[in-house]
Amino acid sequence: MSDNAIDEISGGLAANVPAEVTDAWEAETPASRGPGAARAVLLMARVTFREAARRKILWIAAIAGFAFLALFWIALHAAIKSSVRMPVIARHEGMQVMTMMVLYAGSMLTSLMAALTSCDALAGEIASGSIHAIATKPVSRASIVLGKWAGFAGMITLYVLLVEGGSIAIAAIEGGLVAPHSGAVLGLIWLQAMVLLDVTLAASTRFSSLTSGAITLGLYGLAFVGGWIEAFGAVRHVPTCVNLGIVSSLIMPSDALWRRAAYLLQPPLLGAAGASPFASSSIPSHAMAIYAVLYAACALILAQVLLASRDI
Amino acid sequence: MATLTIDACGLRKRYGSRIAVRDLTLQVGRGEAFGFLGPNGAGKSTSIKMLLGLVRPTGGSALLLGQPVGTREARARIGFLPEHFRFYDWLSATELLLFHGRLCGLKEDVLRRRVPRLLERVGLGTQSSKAIRSFSKGMMQRVGLAQAMINDPEILFLDEPTSGLDPAGRKLVRDVIREQRDRGATVFLNSHLLGEVEQSCDRVAFIREGRIVGMYRMGAWQGERTEVEIKASHIEPSALERLAGMACDLRLEGQLLRLSLDGQDRLPGVIRCLVESGAEIFSVIPQRVSLEDLFLKMMGPDPGL
Ligand SMILES: Nc1ncnc2c1ncn2[C@@H]1O[C@H](COP(=O)(O)OP(=O)(O)OP(=O)(O)O)[C@@H](O)[C@H]1O
Ligand SMILES: [Mg+2]
Repeated sequence: MSDNAIDEISGGLAANVPAEVTDAWEAETPASRGPGAARAVLLMARVTFREAARRKILWIAAIAGFAFLALFWIALHAAIKSSVRMPVIARHEGMQVMTMMVLYAGSMLTSLMAALTSCDALAGEIASGSIHAIATKPVSRASIVLGKWAGFAGMITLYVLLVEGGSIAIAAIEGGLVAPHSGAVLGLIWLQAMVLLDVTLAASTRFSSLTSGAITLGLYGLAFVGGWIEAFGAVRHVPTCVNLGIVSSLIMPSDALWRRAAYLLQPPLLGAAGASPFASSSIPSHAMAIYAVLYAACALILAQVLLASRDI
Repeated sequence: MATLTIDACGLRKRYGSRIAVRDLTLQVGRGEAFGFLGPNGAGKSTSIKMLLGLVRPTGGSALLLGQPVGTREARARIGFLPEHFRFYDWLSATELLLFHGRLCGLKEDVLRRRVPRLLERVGLGTQSSKAIRSFSKGMMQRVGLAQAMINDPEILFLDEPTSGLDPAGRKLVRDVIREQRDRGATVFLNSHLLGEVEQSCDRVAFIREGRIVGMYRMGAWQGERTEVEIKASHIEPSALERLAGMACDLRLEGQLLRLSLDGQDRLPGVIRCLVESGAEIFSVIPQRVSLEDLFLKMMGPDPGL
């Protein structure tokens, strides 16, 4: 029998282990074929979450989020106090504009957090070689990617709820402003962050951390500019600009998702505000949201395929 | 039960225009410690990575334990210590082993028993709850070794396991290799530390520029001829004449007599002849061909990289 080469050495410890236990050890190892796919994903998700916590990313992001909310709350409070003498309609509109701007800034915050926290996830492991020890365990590379994704997706969900959900709640509590379609708005902003997360993950299977972050931010910037161009084109009736905007939304749907969220949020009056991130002059359709879901799913699948097919 | 644990046939890897491994064909049996030797850049790590499914071969195929390389079934039964073992530095040694054990699909109660035992085994019993951020290179290497053994692997791949280890650590690696082999596991050891390999392997292969240039059972290269170096004084020319009949390549330089015999059993006769002729013998040293001699012979003069 192979019995317990290790037992002998560790001496006292091994002596305490009853015979049937060591037998079980012998018997179960060959039978083990690794954790199931679901368990592997869960393990990777958990370690990703813990990494963010231990490396204090989670706390710093949370502090930033709370600071953001505190700022909004204080500002809203002050704005309401100073405008008691204004007519109700004007007061309400001011609050709406402010809330919208805060939600926009919040969506940028969550998007940037999604890209910046995840760009090191796979690229960093490949660069440091820590993936060697993981990828030679009986887990598929697809599960590794999916697990990392699930970890970040969990964090991003919490973050969107904190920052954007918190903003909406503050607007309701302090200003009595009940945002229309707040569920859908949160969903769209969440989807925006998820799109950026998945693109970052896909990029980080083949590029370094910094490059992956830069790729995502570049695409985000492209979509941002594309959104302006589209709005401008719609107001001034320049079809080329509108088309350019649409193409940029297809390349990276992040900004289109925000513009749809903004459209759902705003009262009809504000729609005429012209070319701005808050304008509804060219509203991305419902189909755009569905496109973004597919886009995110494809980016995630692409990340899995790209990692599975590369040498590490 | 198949006796071959590693069966590689014509594995080949090309990186761009550079061929890292030309043709890796080898078979390793159960319970064998196999040493894989070669100079820097010879393709040792690339070969191991192909066997582990980390690197996709450009050509050829290989089976591990009867399964194609890279399948989950095969990976469940192997352990690997990478060349530069690094891992999440915010984990403690215990957490690291628990994580890898879970990735292997081991049950919690099994892990609870096994992890402290393994840490004890690699000499990290007292450091088990420290973050590995604070570990030295050698300590890291030891955790890596423990991690590779967490699932009681049937094949243990070690890529330069002794790099960064102190003498005690190197002995630990040798002992671990022996234990694993005695358990019936196969050990595949990449190294260029010939002493290590000589002490712990049953068989060695030499790889050079991506090609296996020789494969030997340990010691089998000694051959029939034995070189002997005798230090003696008062050697008479007549004795030399008589010795010429028993040995060849006879050379006398001062007090050093070098000769070559067809087998060790001729040596007592030679000594008797010298003593009878009145020579005084201070030492008799049979010259063995060390692994290092063989390595240098196989690799030729250092061509540089
Ligand atoms: N990812 C890679 N891309 C391009 N070339 C590579 C890559 N990995 C290895 N090589 C090349 O393949 C050859 C073999 O490398 P390998 O790492 O297998 O050598 P080795 O025998 O392990 O060397 P060492 O003793 O230094 O560890 C080298 O010439 C190296 O330059
Ligand atoms: Mg190497």
